[in-house]
Amino acid sequence: MKKTLAEVVTEKTFLVLALSAISALVLITVFIFVQGGPFITTQGLGGFVFGMSWAPSQGEYGIFPMIVGTVCVALGAALIGVPIGICCSIFLAEFAPPLLKNIFRPAIQLLAGIPSVVYGFWGLLFVVPFIRHYLGGPGLSILAGSIILAIMILPTVVSISEVSLIALPRTYKEGALALGLTHWQTIYSVLLPAAKSGIVAAIVLGIGRAIGETMAVIMVLGNSVALPESILDPVRTLTTNIGIEMGYAAGEHREALFATGIILFLIIMTINALAQYITRRR
Amino acid sequence: MSPHVRRQERLAKGVIWMAAVSVMATLVFIILYILSRGLPVISWSFLTEIPRSMGRLGGISSTIVGSLAVTVVAIVIAVPFGIGTAIYLAEYTRESFITKIIRFSAESLAGIPSIVFGLFGFIFFVIFLNLGWSILSGGLTLAFMILPTVIRTSEEAIRGVPYILREVSYSLGANKWQTVSRVVLPSAMRGIVNGVLLSIGRCVAETAAVMLTAGSTLRMPDSLFAPARTMAVHFYILAREGISLENAYGTAALLILVIFAINVGANILLDRFMTKGR
Repeated sequence: MKKTLAEVVTEKTFLVLALSAISALVLITVFIFVQGGPFITTQGLGGFVFGMSWAPSQGEYGIFPMIVGTVCVALGAALIGVPIGICCSIFLAEFAPPLLKNIFRPAIQLLAGIPSVVYGFWGLLFVVPFIRHYLGGPGLSILAGSIILAIMILPTVVSISEVSLIALPRTYKEGALALGLTHWQTIYSVLLPAAKSGIVAAIVLGIGRAIGETMAVIMVLGNSVALPESILDPVRTLTTNIGIEMGYAAGEHREALFATGIILFLIIMTINALAQYITRRR
Repeated sequence: MSPHVRRQERLAKGVIWMAAVSVMATLVFIILYILSRGLPVISWSFLTEIPRSMGRLGGISSTIVGSLAVTVVAIVIAVPFGIGTAIYLAEYTRESFITKIIRFSAESLAGIPSIVFGLFGFIFFVIFLNLGWSILSGGLTLAFMILPTVIRTSEEAIRGVPYILREVSYSLGANKWQTVSRVVLPSAMRGIVNGVLLSIGRCVAETAAVMLTAGSTLRMPDSLFAPARTMAVHFYILAREGISLENAYGTAALLILVIFAINVGANILLDRFMTKGR
């Protein structure tokens, strides 16, 4: 069938619209790098990434404590959130009665919809005093941030793991049960290994979300720029560094924040690529 | 079954149920914590009065307008591009190099932290395009942010339309565009609207990206080029600077109510969509 002119025009129109995602990504990359790149080249990547002191008023820009802070908080969130999230996805895929499933799934979605500032606020008023009272320290801490982020990454971890569990062929489960395995043995030794790539992708994306989150952790981390000695110490992350100081930064200071953005951007893109690679490989 | 296996079985089941119950309990606890303190603050005057003395007094009307305005801008821009992309991916092309790049871009966009969108929006819309801190800058930044959500949900909805509908349409002599616009899109509409609703929720909830692009004035915005403070930003400033805990709770409660309503709406739509599709 020969395409009419109108057909060709509509197709090309959609192609142009479809290029929006690519152009958006390119625009973001270019503008962030153009704005922060020169700063990194003049300061030196090593001095910026491994610098221990962040004092914009004295022209000192080192983000190493923030990188450490980011890693600590994200790992903490993963340690708490991932096991709970995977349990929830098993619950949804294997144990939940239909009625509970219909409540639980929208509830997880609601969890994803609640503004991150609300989590931060709740953390500040509930989690932080709790830690200060029972565990000591200032309360504003890696632990508080990890707990809040653990809750916030749950929707990501749960939904992606659940999808990969549900997508398994029924025969896996039936075969295992027919061989005499119990329900849990089936889950543990057949279903989870079979869904491994999806679950790993879920964990990686969850960690990505934890690294990228700003407003929730800004309220509960304490934001001091120093290497933490314990999980009860306050830290500052890459995101909160931008969030706190962008409001009043100018000149070199602002460029340094964009440079912080570049590092954050690179970390996230690596994590995204990793997650996409893991899911594609299946 | 040996006692050991039976014990293991019961333990595993117990742990999984406990995890699920504790997550539900946490969600309910957070929501009740905010609502119980915030709902009493919400009144007609709280919703309709302009904030006074930095939000310590008065209501939050200008921030409601701010949230609404940036959301409308974001949706008006992102939805056509998003649905267009989805139609292209699902209907007009086979998997190829270009679709791979489109998909990679969309997935990467989805993972970019909102603060990075904020940085970009600030340097691109506020400074480079000289739009200043404005509703337009904020809305456009949000449009970039929600684009991947609109693309993904729309594409899923379009792919979910049974192929037979398209074949019937072609057999009746319809061309591609007629089939897409009169058969496929209407059938996929609930799924698409579901995605749009979720995007609206993200816009209303977003703080970091809007704070850097829309500004934080408390004045009632009078044009798209005027700066505005959204509810989420207002709540953040009230809470962080300790201006008024009471009004912070009130704003948070309203935010949760809005998000809750959007989620309920999206779920009702999706339920109907699923049952209709089957």
